[in-house]
Amino acid sequence: MADLAFDPKAVEQLSPPLVTGQPSLHEVTEAVSIHTELETHRNWYIALAISGSITLLLGSMLAYLISTGIGVWGNNNPVGWGWDITNFVFWIGIGHAGTLISAILFLFRQKWRTSINRFAEAMTLFAVACAGIYPLVHVGRPWRAYWLFPIPNADLAMWQNFRSPLLWDVFAVSTYATVSALFWYVGLIPDLAIIRDRATTKLRHTIYGIASLGWRGSATHWKNYEKAYMILAGLSTPLVLSVHTIVSFDFAVSIIPGWHTTIFPPYFVAGAIFSGFAMVITLMVIARWVFKVEHLVTMTHLENMNKVILATGTIVGYAYATEFFIAWYSGNEYERFTFINRAMGPYAWAYWSMVSCNVISPQFFWFKKLRTNIPFMFVLSIFVNIGMWFERFVIIATSLHRDFLPSSWGYFRPTIVDILTFFGTFGLFITLFVFFTRFLPIIAVSEVKGMMIQTEHEKHYLPATTAGSPESVKAH
Amino acid sequence: MADHSSIHGVVADFASPDTLLDAVKAARAQGYTRMEAYTPFPIHGIDEAMGAKPSILGYIVLCGSATGFTTAVLLQWWTGTIAYPLVISGKPLFAFEFGFPVMFELTVLLSAFAAVFGMLGLNGLPRLSHPIFNYSGVAGSSDDRFLLVIEASDKKFDANATKDFLASLGAEKLEVVEA
Repeated sequence: MADLAFDPKAVEQLSPPLVTGQPSLHEVTEAVSIHTELETHRNWYIALAISGSITLLLGSMLAYLISTGIGVWGNNNPVGWGWDITNFVFWIGIGHAGTLISAILFLFRQKWRTSINRFAEAMTLFAVACAGIYPLVHVGRPWRAYWLFPIPNADLAMWQNFRSPLLWDVFAVSTYATVSALFWYVGLIPDLAIIRDRATTKLRHTIYGIASLGWRGSATHWKNYEKAYMILAGLSTPLVLSVHTIVSFDFAVSIIPGWHTTIFPPYFVAGAIFSGFAMVITLMVIARWVFKVEHLVTMTHLENMNKVILATGTIVGYAYATEFFIAWYSGNEYERFTFINRAMGPYAWAYWSMVSCNVISPQFFWFKKLRTNIPFMFVLSIFVNIGMWFERFVIIATSLHRDFLPSSWGYFRPTIVDILTFFGTFGLFITLFVFFTRFLPIIAVSEVKGMMIQTEHEKHYLPATTAGSPESVKAH
Repeated sequence: MADHSSIHGVVADFASPDTLLDAVKAARAQGYTRMEAYTPFPIHGIDEAMGAKPSILGYIVLCGSATGFTTAVLLQWWTGTIAYPLVISGKPLFAFEFGFPVMFELTVLLSAFAAVFGMLGLNGLPRLSHPIFNYSGVAGSSDDRFLLVIEASDKKFDANATKDFLASLGAEKLEVVEA
């Protein structure tokens, strides 16, 4: 083992490069800040025009829905929850990868998170914004949406039912949105100060100065800041697990066959992380190329995310199998019927799309060649997203469409309003990203710099230690 | 002690976190007590070197957590049993079992608020201006420079002597900053 420590290749293997090309601290500042400072590119306006138009489509669909009624959607009896709740769960699940990267990987001291956490947290916020639209408009009378919150008000003259998981969900989702926004903003403060310090015009200096709250990076600042950051990470970790757990309670606490199972919380959380990481890959592959930050978001980052996709995808596949086993083993004929119907009934096409995208496709990532191939991972991440959308649709539609009595059987078909509303949420999601990438640093600059210095120290100390084991590396 | 009311302190500009850390230790050994470092990212070990006390933010957050939890318990208990008692599916009017998700969420929410606003409060932010911004090279402190300021309020402070001392520690640039 002793000679290992002096072999640069072995050192490389122990800690694959998180920043390539050995840029100086100043070059990192430059690489990340420059895109907020250059003249607005023509392509930015083109991107905004396209995504903005799709967002306007979302706005008009919502206006039509609210002014007319839920009947413009395909929701019916017995399928009372259709694309509205499917899309809500889809978007909220996407957000979970951002919190996982920013909070859980932080607590586990995973240094590779620093290059991607800002971007992933932004994705969380924007996905939660898209998700939040659905429960709001699906209540039918969104102007009464404040009835969901325990606010004393004369027109309701009663209080919320805290025994209902739907009310738990109100608390979970609104807490999640708030804490994610706080966490994201706290992370941004030192980086906004960088942009302020680089400002060449009075206007930029004022705007970024106000946004950075007068941050000056003193040792006292950093001391309280690091503490706050760690506490927020510690709070967000159980929070993110609780959010999808509570979303799954919306289903599991009911007595509908196919929903009423105890496996839902872990199964939903794994699925959320699975879909969220796939979305990070989809977006990051584009962003690192457009903004030329391939040396900060390296293949190591992409490969690590693909490993998470493989792991969570396998958990999801295992959960599908367990559901079927329990349906058979429980001896409950309604439960059995629901699952046989799921795989072989009128929604079999949706079920098998889900299985091929979620269970089969991530298995390709066992091969290093494939999980380090950018076009391949891009296509695969889109497959995973499609598969995870189908998962939510399958759970909702197949469990509802054949009620206990065959006289109450039906079939859900989305209307054009359903389809355009869902399409429109992608417009909103991308529009928010278009603004984010123009005005804010997309990589957590100060964290990357801190990580670079720390890594340099570790490499510096490595030959002095007796063995090159990972433990001795971490000790410094 | 001379009158330094128009001076904030002497800024020493270093090129690396290691030289800054050595300078902090040397300044402490020399008997300086009122100093502050400005760096682009947190430097580990600098609080100990400066003799700073650990952050008390944890206690503030604990108060936030307790408030959140208590609010959630009282809210669910009072609305369920006193303000609007209604039996639904034969379930009790109040119980910790069904109340737990809301208790958890409100605890997390108020803790997060306490963490963020507590951090800002302890750091004296938001703040419109600060003497350190009078330093000509302050922009470097968010980029790749590491600043040490010995403040004029220090008992041992003497503009010239302090400047000479900091120069001996390897500072690449020195400046007396107006308050």
